[in-house]
Order: sequence, then C-alpha cells, then structure tokens
Amino acid sequence: MKNKKDNTTLLQIKDLKIEGFSDERWHKIIKGVNLQLKRGEVLGLIGESGAGKSTLGLAAMGYTQPGCRITGGQINFDGVDLSKRTDSEKRKYWGNRMTYVAQSAAASFNPAHRLINQTTESTIRAGLKKQSEAFDEARALYDALNLPNPETIGERYPHQVSGGQLQRIMTAMAMSPNPDLIVFDEPTTALDVTTQVEVLAAMRDIVKTYGTAAIYITHDLSVVAQMADRIKVLRYGEEVEEAVTRKMLKSPKEDYTKSLWSVRSIQKPEKKSKDIILEVKNVDAFYGSFHVLKNINIKLPLGRTVALVGESGSGKSTVARVITGLLEPKIGSVKFKNRELPPSLKGRTKDQLQKVQMIYQMADVAMNPKQTVYDIISRPASFFAGLTGANLRKRVIELLEQIDLDESFIDRYPSELSGGQKQRICIARALAANPEVVICDEVTSALDQIVQEGILKLLGRLQKDLNLSYIFITHDIATVKAISDEVVVMNEGEVVEQGLKSEIFSPPHPEYTELLLSSVPEMDPDWLTDLLKARSY
Amino acid sequence: MHPVIKTVLERLGLGLATLFFVSIIIFSAIEMLPGDFGQAILGQAALPETVAAFRQELGLDKPAYIRYFDWALGAIQGDLGTSFSGRNASGADRSAEVVDKIAPRLWNTLFLASMAALIAVPLSLILGILTALYRNSFFDRSVNTATLTTISFPEFFVAYILILFFASLNQIFPSLANVDPDTNFGERIYRTALPAFTLTLVIVAHMMRMTRAAIINLLASPYIQMAKLSGASQTEIILKHALPNAWAPIATVIAFNLAYLVVGVVVVEVVFVYPGVGQLMVDAVRTRDIPVVQGCALIFAVTYILLNLIADIIGIVTNPRLLHPK
Amino acid sequence: MNKDTNTYSAAGEVGSVLESRSTFTRLKIELNKAPLTAKFGIFIIIVFVGLAIFAPLIAPYGEAEVFPEPYAPWSANHIFGTDQIGRDIFSRLIFGARNTVGVAFATTILAFLIGGALGLAAAINRSYLDLFLSRTVDVLMAIPQLIFALVLLSIFGSTVINLIIIIAVLDSTRVFRLTRAVSLNVVVMDYVEVAKLRGENISWVMRKEILPNILPPLIAEFGLRFCFVFLSIAALSFLGVGIQPPTADWGSMVRENASLIQFAQYDLKAAMTPLLPAAAIALLTVAVNFVVDWFLHKTSGIKDEK
Repeated sequence: MKNKKDNTTLLQIKDLKIEGFSDERWHKIIKGVNLQLKRGEVLGLIGESGAGKSTLGLAAMGYTQPGCRITGGQINFDGVDLSKRTDSEKRKYWGNRMTYVAQSAAASFNPAHRLINQTTESTIRAGLKKQSEAFDEARALYDALNLPNPETIGERYPHQVSGGQLQRIMTAMAMSPNPDLIVFDEPTTALDVTTQVEVLAAMRDIVKTYGTAAIYITHDLSVVAQMADRIKVLRYGEEVEEAVTRKMLKSPKEDYTKSLWSVRSIQKPEKKSKDIILEVKNVDAFYGSFHVLKNINIKLPLGRTVALVGESGSGKSTVARVITGLLEPKIGSVKFKNRELPPSLKGRTKDQLQKVQMIYQMADVAMNPKQTVYDIISRPASFFAGLTGANLRKRVIELLEQIDLDESFIDRYPSELSGGQKQRICIARALAANPEVVICDEVTSALDQIVQEGILKLLGRLQKDLNLSYIFITHDIATVKAISDEVVVMNEGEVVEQGLKSEIFSPPHPEYTELLLSSVPEMDPDWLTDLLKARSY
Repeated sequence: MHPVIKTVLERLGLGLATLFFVSIIIFSAIEMLPGDFGQAILGQAALPETVAAFRQELGLDKPAYIRYFDWALGAIQGDLGTSFSGRNASGADRSAEVVDKIAPRLWNTLFLASMAALIAVPLSLILGILTALYRNSFFDRSVNTATLTTISFPEFFVAYILILFFASLNQIFPSLANVDPDTNFGERIYRTALPAFTLTLVIVAHMMRMTRAAIINLLASPYIQMAKLSGASQTEIILKHALPNAWAPIATVIAFNLAYLVVGVVVVEVVFVYPGVGQLMVDAVRTRDIPVVQGCALIFAVTYILLNLIADIIGIVTNPRLLHPK
Repeated sequence: MNKDTNTYSAAGEVGSVLESRSTFTRLKIELNKAPLTAKFGIFIIIVFVGLAIFAPLIAPYGEAEVFPEPYAPWSANHIFGTDQIGRDIFSRLIFGARNTVGVAFATTILAFLIGGALGLAAAINRSYLDLFLSRTVDVLMAIPQLIFALVLLSIFGSTVINLIIIIAVLDSTRVFRLTRAVSLNVVVMDYVEVAKLRGENISWVMRKEILPNILPPLIAEFGLRFCFVFLSIAALSFLGVGIQPPTADWGSMVRENASLIQFAQYDLKAAMTPLLPAAAIALLTVAVNFVVDWFLHKTSGIKDEK
C-alpha cells in the first residue's frame, strides 16, 4: 500500500446542520459546522457529552443515526456531496473508501462470524482483493498492530479475545480496504489506561504508515494530543475553536477550551495526620470462591483524604463494600475510632451506620427517580437525627445551600436535574446523616471536566468546614492529584503501594505503579512517542 | 465434554424433571377428589359393595406413591386407565379404555394443528420480518393495528364470523367438521378448512408480532450498524448478519405459538364439533370423567414441554458462544 | 444555552433535562397527543365500566326474566330478541358486562396480589424462597394454562368462586415472573443500596424505593393480564365449564345461541345474535390492548427507527 499523503483536500463539510428526534420534538444537534480534512491528515474532534462530536463524525461518512436527519449543508468527500446521495450510492464508499472504528468493540463485532472474515468482509465485497490475498493482508495487519499470534488469531470468534485485542482487530478491519478516511469514535474510552497505551500506539503507527486521513473523536484532550495533527473543539453542536495540536495545547484561545483540563489545575497540598479515624485491618474477602481482596490494610487519618487507585477488577470498590458492611470479610476487620465494627450490615447500630456514608459514581441510579429532592435529602435527616416538620425543611434548605444550590430545587425530581446537580444532591444526602467518614466511589468519572472541577472543589471545601475524612476511589490519576493526602495503589486484589501522595508520585516506584503512572496520557503531543521510546529500552 | 453437548444434556435433564413434576400434578387430580366421588359417579342407587369394588379397582386402598408409579409406568406403556363413564349403580361396567378413546382423536387433532401450523408459521415469519424492516411505514402500522385487533378476538368469535360468511351465507365450506377414519385425504382437508383457518388467524397475529419484536431487537445491535457502515446492503445485513443470531429468538417464538395452538385447538374443536382430543377433554371435564381428563392433559402437557425443549435446543446449538468455547 | 464559563454556578448548570411540570399537566398533554386508537380504547373502557356499574338501571328487563316467546326476533320490545328459553338478549348483554367483566377483574386483582407479593419477596430475598418459588412457577407454567384450568375445574367443579381462584392462581405465575424480573432490576440500583446502608427495614425499602419504580410495567401488565384472563374465562364459559346459568355471561350466551347462525340466509339479524356477546368481548379486549399498547410505547421510551 502506498502512502496517500499529499496536500489536497479529501473531505470538506460546509455549514452542516443535523437534527435529532426525541421527547416528541426535533432538536438541533449540529448547528452549522464547517470541517476540512486533507489527505493523510488526522483531525481530533473533542467535546463533552452532548457536543455532537459522534454525530459529526458519522456525518463525515454521510451516515446519520436512526432518528436523525440532515437539514442543511454539504458533505463533500473527494468532490461528491454525500448529503445528497442515497444509501445505496453511499454504500460504495462505506467499508471501501471510508471506514469506522466504534467505541465498544465487544458489541460491534457479530458474535456469529470469525474475526478474519469480519476483518476482510468489506474489502472482499468491494472487489478490492481476492479472499486469500485479503486474508494474508489481514494477518499482516494483525502483526503490525502487535496482536499475539497474528497468524491464527483471526480464526477466533469475538468472545474469545480480550477487549484491547478486539479494539485493535477493529482497527485492522478499518484498515483492510486501505481507505482514504477512518473515523475513530472514542475507540479507547472503554479500556483501562494500561491497555489504552498499546492500542493508541498501534492505531497511530498504522495510520501514519499508510497515510490514511482520520477523524479521531474523544472527550480526552490528552489522548487526542497524541493522535491528531489538528484539534477542533465542539460544544452544543457548534465549533468553539480549531488549531494545530501544539498551538491548541500551548495557547488555547477560548475559556471553554481551557476549562477542559481544569481538573488538572487543582492542586492540593498534602497534610499529614496522626489520628486514625478508620482502619481496614488484614482483610481477605471472597465473592463465592473468587478471592477479591488479599490481606488489605488501609488507615484513614482524621480529616484527610485517602485515594484508592486501580484499574477495573483491582478490588478498590470491594474495599468500600467491606467497610460499609455489604460484604463480610473472611478474615480481618474494620475499626472505627479504634473500635471494631460488626462485620455485616445487619449487626451494626444506627449510630455506626450514620458515621460512614457513601457517594456513588452514577448519580442517576443512586437517586430514586420517583422521589423529589426533598424526599431524598430529608430522609436521612429524619431517620438519623429525628427532625420533623419545619425543622426538617430548614435542615434540607441549609444542606442545599451547602452544596451551592437553593430552595428552588426542593420539589424537583432527579430527571429535572443536570448531571452535576444530581451528584450534588447525592452529596447533600450523605451530609444529611452528619457523617464523619464519606466514601466516594468514582464520584466524578461520569461527569464532564468542568463539572468535575466544581464537584472536587465542593468536596474539598466541605472537608475543611466539617472536618470530614474521605476514602476516594478512582481510576483517574489527575483526580488523585487534585484531592488526596495519601494514596493506596491496588492491583488484582492486593495493595501494591501506599503512602503520602508525594511519596507515591515520586520514584522509585514498584513495577505496577510505574506502569500505571506512565500509562496516563499527558497533555504533551510527544508523550506517547517518548513513552514508547523509554519502554523499548 | 463439549459445552454444547453438556448444555443440551442439562436442558434434557431439566425437561425430564419438569415432566416428572407435571405428571405428579396431573396424577394428584384423583387424590383431590372428595371422598364420596365413587357414589357420585356410580349414582345414588349404588350399593356400598359396588362402590367398594370400584374403589378397589382404582387401587385407593394402596398408598399414593405406589399408585403413582403404577399409573406412570402404565402411561409410559400406553395404558392410561379406564374411563369413569359407562359405569352404573348395578356394578355393570361398559366403560372403555382411555387410550382407545384418545388414540383415534389424537390423530385428528394433530392433523388439524399441523394444517394450521403449515400455513401460519411461514406466513407470520414473512410478515414479521417485513414489518420489522419497514418499521413505522403505513404497511407496518396497518398490520400492527390489524393484529392487535385479532389477538383481542376470542377464538370462537373468529370461528363464528368465518362460519357466518363461508358456511351460512355462502355455503362454501361445511360448518361442522365431522370426519371419521374413512374420510379420504382431500375430503378431510376440505372439511377441516374452516377450523384450520380460524386457528391460523388466531396464531398468525401473535407469532407475527413476536417475530417483529425479536427482529427489531436484533437490528438494534451495534454490530448491525457496523455492518451498515461497512457497506453491507439491506439483504446482506438480514441474511448474513441478523439471521445467524436470530435462530434462537425465532425458535422460541415458533414454539411458544405452537404451544398456544394446543390451547386454541380445544375451543375450535368444540365450535366445529371436530372429533379431536380437545373436545373429548371438554366433555370429560363436564362429566368429571377424571381418567380421561388426566390422559388428555398429559398429552397436551407432553406436547407443550417437548416444543419448548426443541426451541431451547435450537437456541443452544446455534449459540456461537457455546459452539466455539474459549 | 450560551453562558459564560467564568461565572460557573451549580444552580445554573444546563444539561439535557426534563422540564418541570405537574403530573396533571403532563397527563393532559399526553392525552391530547394520544393516537386515535388509544382515545377510542379509553372511550370504550369508560362505556363498559358504566354499563357494568349501572346495569340494573340501564337494562330494560331483569337478568333472568323469562318471556313466553323463545327465540323471538329483533323488535321494539326486545331489541336483540330473546334466547332459547325466552330471556331478553339485550338485558342479558348488559348484565353480562357486570358479570363477565366483574369476574375477570376480580380474578386479575387476585392474580396480582398473589403474584406481585411473591415476586417482590423473591426478588428481595434471593435465597431458598426465590429458588423454591421460581422452580414451582416453572413447573406450573409447563402445562398450558387452559388445560390446567380444565383439569382443576373437573376436580373442584365449576362455581364462580372456584373459577376465580383457579384462574387467578394459574395466572399469578406470569405476574410473579414479571414482578420478580422488574424488581430485580430495581433491587440492584444504588438507591436501594443507599436505603439498606441507612438501615431502613425491608418494608420501607419495598414500599418507598421499589414499588413506585416497578409500577409502570406492572400497570401495563395488568391490562394485558386482564385481557388474557377475560378471554380465558370467556373461553371456559363458552365450553360450558365456566360461569354457569342462569347468570348472564357473554361466553355462555355465545354457546347457547350458537345454532342460530345456521339460519343466516333466512334471518340475518337472528344469526347475528350469538355474535353480539362475542363482539362485546372482542371490543373490550381490543380497547384495553390499544390503551396498553400506547402506554407501553410511552413508558418504554423505545425510540423506533424513522
């Protein structure tokens, strides 16, 4: 395959408008966006949820999702306006000159067919290559993408390989017809950071080698910084700004763009504390016969924050279940103020339950959709403190003010709140019990950056005002830096390393911490290149 | 052992266990009868000795579990006991073997049900797939409203409307589907046309709606969008990407509706006075002829369990996750 | 939606959120937008319920009042004629609304009380109770419902009470399965965990956290189950083993007058007589199904493709 890179324009989108149908009305999703892509160029599309970046990415292929329609503008691909073409005309482009890599590889492969058949399906259909030739090339692509056993992995079925491997095979599938354009739609969002690095590297190399033009859609600026030549920032279906990657990172023009990395700007000096309020001692726990926690020891100092860091399956959320009594440990115990807590929820007194409260990742499912804000917040206040009537209402309003909301929210249902407001109500519910320890389980990971910043600042302020102690469970290193005093690194049910934040983040590291920390993408376009160089030594 | 074989065997085991429990339930029908039912069946004039002899014949002096095994072993060998009818107070016994009553009728019922199934299954699969493909079109919405209406009709309503138009006002088909073993094949089809047509109308609506739902569910999978974006045509998406994953849901839909046919057959047989198992069972219920009721119920239940078993096995052997284990 | 990011405030945060409206306005808006089929359904249901409640006031004659002329033709005195022993068909149709619909309604309520309570208990308990109930229901559902009902009726005899209990118990198996399934979806929600962590007792969790959230699918299911029960009872009555004479009931009315259909060529009106109660059954079932279909479409939030 020859490198296709030259300076001519491949794709030009002019004043594109798209609407989507929901809640019995047509809503504007894309409100007149322009986009230009040269051959061999990689454009990063970045924005938060609801920015319309996926809709725009698919529209670049002339495709609109069911329930959406193009209401204006042009999509010129190599001189042809795709917005005016029928599906059967566009099919000649799809899977041939333009291909797509989806977010969830596990769901996007057909469970009934072998991977190599799916990899080469569109190439063979378009008549670009004969089957044997296409198969050989697919195996070469598997090899180039660093997949294990490239000769035989294609004989497998989708459920027989891992998520990171599937994502790379999907990239091979997108590369197989040697297209002019690939649209990557959040291809690494569902992966753990350590897996993400390999997939990013493989995708970047292969796009460079073949000189394929690409649109890379993500919400993570540091990821797009590694992949894209230029970056376009979208918000509410409109362009905020566009610039060459390095320039965008160094000197973003718009305030909104700056806010995209606002979490990374929070810095909290760590503080030591001698008084231990909560202690997890020698805990071993099982799900059935599966050994989830192996000899866990964690101490939470009074008025401080301990961050529990790890990837999915590391057991960090299980620690929370043991502390709250939802999961009885097989061995070991949990001590609150030096007194052992009964191992199971049922054995604990009201007083003990009140002291430890929990906040969840998905505020959506942490609130009963059939209860109003008042019902949600007032229940713990009446249940634990026995408040009633006017006193109860006063307390609820006071709590709402503590979380920067006001009385006007009191009669709303969760569906009438935004994502950040929901999480604030959950915080108020936890505060309503007058707790001393609050467990925060990935409380910011489902939120947009600017909202995350607000929530983290709020949690910091509440800690100071109410002398709260936090156990903060997260997989995001930037969040750890922003909030913690001490850090516990977990992997496969074991504590790898623990200590003050400054100790954990300065070398030397144990092997896993090193891998984890180095895998977190940084806001530096050379980060991935440097990392790969460093790792290959 | 290969996971497919293992899962199939597990499913077979479950089917057998279900059959066992179901047979216990049907058997215990006779246990739940009031103590004086012998008198009720033989008539008020029956002498105590006659009643005692009758009870002994039923084996009521033996413990229940022994009688269950006698009954179950008999049923496996094709002996379903003796009918209650034809007995009288004097002790004279002209009762018939339950098997002899059921056997000729079973063939009639199977004939009627297969005729309905042969028309209904292909028709509803085609309609279901078409409405799923042209979702929310005028065609889809009219079919949807029409089927929603027909599933709301009691079977006998459909039957009498057909009789009114095709047997009474225009005498095209007979309104009574009386067949006997000497009726030849063509004549048999002609006489069972209206009952078969009634059954077809009733189950097509159900089956078509369920097929539509199953296909729409399937077409919403991300891999179908992926196939579209790789340039596959509509036909290719259906045949190559949707169908291999559709066998399990479609088999379930068909089995469910054939089982529904079993129930519909009872009412339709009564309307058309068709000599099938359903009508026999209804008559037996009215006269409280328990052995006959038990025999018919057992046959219906076995059919029902078997159909569901087959559907599940189709689902198992077409599941790629089981076919190609890790 | 454009706002200055420098003056970020939590209260002013915007997202794709539902507008705040009262339940009553929502209901009014929904009703106005309802498709014609649903409006038709609601109208029919209201009419039938009215007939059932005010039957003695509306019907011209008594339920079992016998007139000298059997099989009288349609006339001003007897709008739909009389039946085989001379009872006014029109009056019996109206009383039939009360009896047939009433029995079906009572049966459905009973089925939901049994199935709903056990399903909820099984979903919360998740131990031996769940296992035992689920297996029992599997076995009970392995026999076609009408067949099972026939067996039980042959043992216990066809009285209205037996009919209601037998059909309700058999139908509760399906209610059990649905309640258990939707409750399981709710039980795993974090807000239920929050309530447990607070130390709330089981009854509070059931009433306040789970029940309000499983209600919409259960209401839709109530409509569907009612149709099914209604049709089952009509079928059993038609077969002569359901509601027994002299009680006016649509299913048995079809059966009693069925032979009239043979004379369609001579007297089409008389031949329609057995079809009237059958049509009444069909009409109510269609109406309920239309409303349920609309309700399901509303609450499932399924966005069909264009």
